[in-house]
Amino acid sequence: MRTRFDEQLFELNRKIIEMGAMCEEAIAKSAKALSTNDMRLADEVKNNSTLIDQMERDIESHCMKLLLHQQPVASDLRIISATLKMITDLERIGDQAEDIVEIIKYMDIKSTEEITLIEDMAREAIKMVTESIDAFIKKDVVLAEKVIDQDDIVDDYFLKVKNNIVYLITENHDNGEFALDLLMISKYFERIGDHATNIAEWAIYVVTGLHQEEQK
Amino acid sequence: MSNIITVKDMCLWYGDNQALKNINIEIPEKNITAFIGPSGCGKSTLLKTFNRMNDLVPDVKITGDIKYNENDIFSKEVDVNSLRKEIGMVFQKPNPFPMSIYDNVAYGPRTHGITNKVKLDEIVEQALRDAAIWDEVKDRLKKSALGMSGGQQQRLCIARALAVQPKVLLMDEPTSALDPISTSRIEELVMELKEKYTIVMVTHNMQQAVRVSNYTAFFLLGELVEFGKTDDIFSHPKDKRTEDYITGRFG
Repeated sequence: MRTRFDEQLFELNRKIIEMGAMCEEAIAKSAKALSTNDMRLADEVKNNSTLIDQMERDIESHCMKLLLHQQPVASDLRIISATLKMITDLERIGDQAEDIVEIIKYMDIKSTEEITLIEDMAREAIKMVTESIDAFIKKDVVLAEKVIDQDDIVDDYFLKVKNNIVYLITENHDNGEFALDLLMISKYFERIGDHATNIAEWAIYVVTGLHQEEQK
Repeated sequence: MSNIITVKDMCLWYGDNQALKNINIEIPEKNITAFIGPSGCGKSTLLKTFNRMNDLVPDVKITGDIKYNENDIFSKEVDVNSLRKEIGMVFQKPNPFPMSIYDNVAYGPRTHGITNKVKLDEIVEQALRDAAIWDEVKDRLKKSALGMSGGQQQRLCIARALAVQPKVLLMDEPTSALDPISTSRIEELVMELKEKYTIVMVTHNMQQAVRVSNYTAFFLLGELVEFGKTDDIFSHPKDKRTEDYITGRFG
């Protein structure tokens, strides 16, 4: 009945998964750069970010074509409009990974408790991104809600890092610059969690037609 | 917002064949309501029942109620001609009478007893203006209507329906025989007409229903599956059958 349209939607899904994987890789590499101080990773993340931007354009034009050719309604319309919104979040995640390695490049990294905390935080954030894309593709409301709840964990890590940093600065003023860099990095990971939350909210919208605040 | 037509527990049979099953619907006044559904789902049948066009079909049996402005349209006191004056109809294919443009529009008012030339001129002009065709025909009112384009003929038919000052306009796929430009002119016109009239329109064109109507009713196999605001029906329908039909998974 509508084979071609279904194929095009399938292709759209494939591209979202690919873009999602690129973002996960970018965050993973930026976290690894922090713990290993490997500057090649920084360049890789930069290249990755360009590819993510291209992918965003590609998915965008794919969606525009579907809107024009298929004049979608109901769940088809929700999937396509939600995709147009969520790729902005994915693209921002890519940018933030790049911002993180940009800081790491000029940092004099010392092995501290805060670095370990940020590594744990990054792991949680990556998990959120992976699961939010999973929820979007599989139209899984339960998983999407889990991602939204998980954001509190990432936020808690950020608060912990922040508190530690205050202590780090009070302890020795020479730690100032290092401490602020850590604060920025952890803030970027915290923002990545927020973008994953947005993606999860779009996943819920695809299924229910409602935004989170409308559901309450 | 009040409802101008109310249908309650209505069933309709053509002989042994049940075409409408237990229909309940309220048509909101001065709004555009679209009836959608696959061929044979009963949408045109219901539309034609509103002004008792089905009376002309032999072997029809109807149960349940249809009220127009609180009055039972099947009651013995109802004069079918007056009912059809209140509830006019425009068909799929433009069907102008083989007479002049003027006489086509004046036909209805004349049968209702208006003979005064000045009064008739006034009614004809107003109806043609309301149907957004006055400027195109004002210089050739005495010419045959059959010389007009399809789109013009359809707007003439709308003018003819408006000339008897109806309250409701039933439209059975009014643009399916027209080109895209004539279609969009009729759509624009319909949206303007809802200021003064209640419009119920059968359409096979989903995008037309989305563009034009305020409410949409989806019919399937003689049942009213879902009725609601058009934006709701086309963004998140409640019934899976509606979803499957409007997204083109069957039909």
